[in-house]
Amino acid sequence: MIPERKFLISPGPHLWKGLSVSKIMYRVVIALMFPTGAAIYFFGYHAISVIGVSVGTCLLTEYGCKRLRNQAFVMDGSAVVTGVLLGLILPPTIPLWMVAIGAIFSIAIVKEAFGGLGHNIFNPALGGRAFMSASFSAEMTTWVLPMGFGADAVTSATPLSDSFIWSADKLALYKALFLGNTAGSLGETSALFILIGGVLLLALGIINWRIPAIYIGMVALMAVALGQDPLFNILAGGLMLGAFFMATDYVTSPLTNRGKIVFSVALGVLTVIIRRFAGMPEGVCFSILFGNAITPLIDRYIKVRPYGLVKKVPSAG
Amino acid sequence: MKNPGIRLKKKGTPYGVKVPESKFTAQNQIEPAPLPEKAIIPLHQNIGAPCEAVVKKGDKVLTGQKIGDSEKYVNAPVHATISGEISGTTMVVNPPTAQLMQALVVTSDGADEWVKLEPPPNPEDLSVKEILARVREAGLVGLGGAAFPTHVKLSPPKDVRIDTVILNGCECEPYITSDHRVMLEYGEKVLSGLSIIKKVLSPDNIYIAIEDNKEDAIDHMEELIVAMGFKEDFRIVPLKSKYPMGAEKILTKMILGREVPIGGLPLHVGVVVHNVSTAKAIHDAVVEGKPFVERVVTVTGAVKHPKNLLVRFGTPLRSLIDYCGGIDGQANEVVLGGPMMGFSQFDLDFPVIKGTNGVIVKESTPINEQDCISCGKCIDVCPVYLMPTLLARYAKAGRYDECKEAYIDDCFECGACAYTCPANIPIVQYIKVAKRELAKRAVKK
Repeated sequence: MIPERKFLISPGPHLWKGLSVSKIMYRVVIALMFPTGAAIYFFGYHAISVIGVSVGTCLLTEYGCKRLRNQAFVMDGSAVVTGVLLGLILPPTIPLWMVAIGAIFSIAIVKEAFGGLGHNIFNPALGGRAFMSASFSAEMTTWVLPMGFGADAVTSATPLSDSFIWSADKLALYKALFLGNTAGSLGETSALFILIGGVLLLALGIINWRIPAIYIGMVALMAVALGQDPLFNILAGGLMLGAFFMATDYVTSPLTNRGKIVFSVALGVLTVIIRRFAGMPEGVCFSILFGNAITPLIDRYIKVRPYGLVKKVPSAG
Repeated sequence: MKNPGIRLKKKGTPYGVKVPESKFTAQNQIEPAPLPEKAIIPLHQNIGAPCEAVVKKGDKVLTGQKIGDSEKYVNAPVHATISGEISGTTMVVNPPTAQLMQALVVTSDGADEWVKLEPPPNPEDLSVKEILARVREAGLVGLGGAAFPTHVKLSPPKDVRIDTVILNGCECEPYITSDHRVMLEYGEKVLSGLSIIKKVLSPDNIYIAIEDNKEDAIDHMEELIVAMGFKEDFRIVPLKSKYPMGAEKILTKMILGREVPIGGLPLHVGVVVHNVSTAKAIHDAVVEGKPFVERVVTVTGAVKHPKNLLVRFGTPLRSLIDYCGGIDGQANEVVLGGPMMGFSQFDLDFPVIKGTNGVIVKESTPINEQDCISCGKCIDVCPVYLMPTLLARYAKAGRYDECKEAYIDDCFECGACAYTCPANIPIVQYIKVAKRELAKRAVKK
């Protein structure tokens, strides 16, 4: 017999895939563990403390903002992603109090002030980094060579700066850039580990291949057009990390596939132009922020053509 | 592949969603459900006009006797599904429209005595007009879910030429296996019904679309086409299983590359799609002279013994669930139809009606809606290439005119968007609300 109980009604579909926002965020965090691991390997305690402070401050700030806004704090993982990303794009020797200020700016201003996850216009981590570049320009451009856990930090120019000098042959340079054995932001140096994390995200179906592929391809094309070394442009600086982990941010990139193509092309062109002609080697950061800014415009004008769109609709029946 | 002329190349689509199939009853033979003591027969079981009762309280009726009919063209009569006495009328809530509708109650005399069937002596000699009359009198409606009167669908407007008929054996909804079993167990009748459709519409091409999660049905239908001598008149198109492959608009695009215009029907591009179970019912009505009183219903989910049952219309859900061993565990939702597009029903005394292909007992899943993160996954899966997230956003804000401009009419409410949405936004549910509001406004004008 059927037990006496209340039967509920709900509109269909009565099934849900269950790949929730927080599951996606934690998968991104897992993928980010590859560049994070590389950062710890190359920069030792500096990496652990910078990323730790960044993640911790992001979480606390998010909690505080939600309390102020009288909303429930949900541990959806998005603040962790922002925290790890911000840490990965900072110089290893940055003072930790600056990291905390950058993290507060990322979450409180770039994300929550606009309405929280889903409503922010700019990628929070990149917004935080841009704020820090403007506020702490000296500390944000002090780079050190990888020193692991033991040795002292030795300052050095990053590969993209004008004062960068490489004495060995080109192949050794590519190898150093690919593996990550150069000066640079914590998580940007090792293309290899970023690639592993990025491929993982692609395989899990979390990011759309169009953005990293077209962005990186466009940078190579533009570099050739401007008479520069394309491979060097791909491997140096924050391009790989930006292309796989930041330009692909759902909230701040276009909705449609065609929109994503336009977005990625714009990013590629701008990155090389900024690198080549601007005063600071901030190509990836500012090009993605610019792309974020034009994303609403792209979504407004680039739509999908619906099925069955014809000029004259026949009378039904 | 023994007959490349009959079995065509498999096709697939990047759109839609892969859903867990959960077709637990695929290997369960169809068994007749016990006849109900009381059959509750709603007078409005089709899209179009409702029937008026043609019997009154106290009348004795036989199984298959017409008890409701209408003068209107877009209508299908209803029949007594058991023999006995008309014991009164009752009101039931129709799940899709949430409207109250009148139903006749037949109290069984236990005999199941049928009206005298009048099969034609030579079915092949029937004229198109006679076929259509028999289909109408039998009360046939499309069994894929929409319940549109079959004789109307078989009578395209004069200025429209139907060049292609697609027989739909996709059954892309999870859980449901009724069409699958009908193809395996009544395959001859399905093909006989299809040849009647062929005679009525005289199309150039006839395709049978079956998803590749039913390889046995594909093989069986292929063998039958050969054995029954239909040769390459009927061709099978195997389709890669993906929801909502079985929707008319999608089949038309998949098989012919034609897009049904927004607001139009497949017949506007020369196509008519019929369900395999409808074809079987056409055979029963035309060749055997049998009124439409029963269909195969999959009863599954959280019941002890999921089954494919041959059910008389009017049988209350309660007795079907009881027959399947009762509810397992804490299930508290009963869905009529598939889990993607089906409607839940709170009243277990509600009967099986012509449009019911499945009864799924399940635990209700709460919706925990979050803000849209603009991931675009709903756009990637939408089979009619809409931007569901925008439609939901507009609908939520009551901006229905913008919904209209974003082609909301194109949506056939498959729910792939809401199924996929990471933020658990009930996207298609918002769209349904917006469509209703737009329809209300259109009526006011």
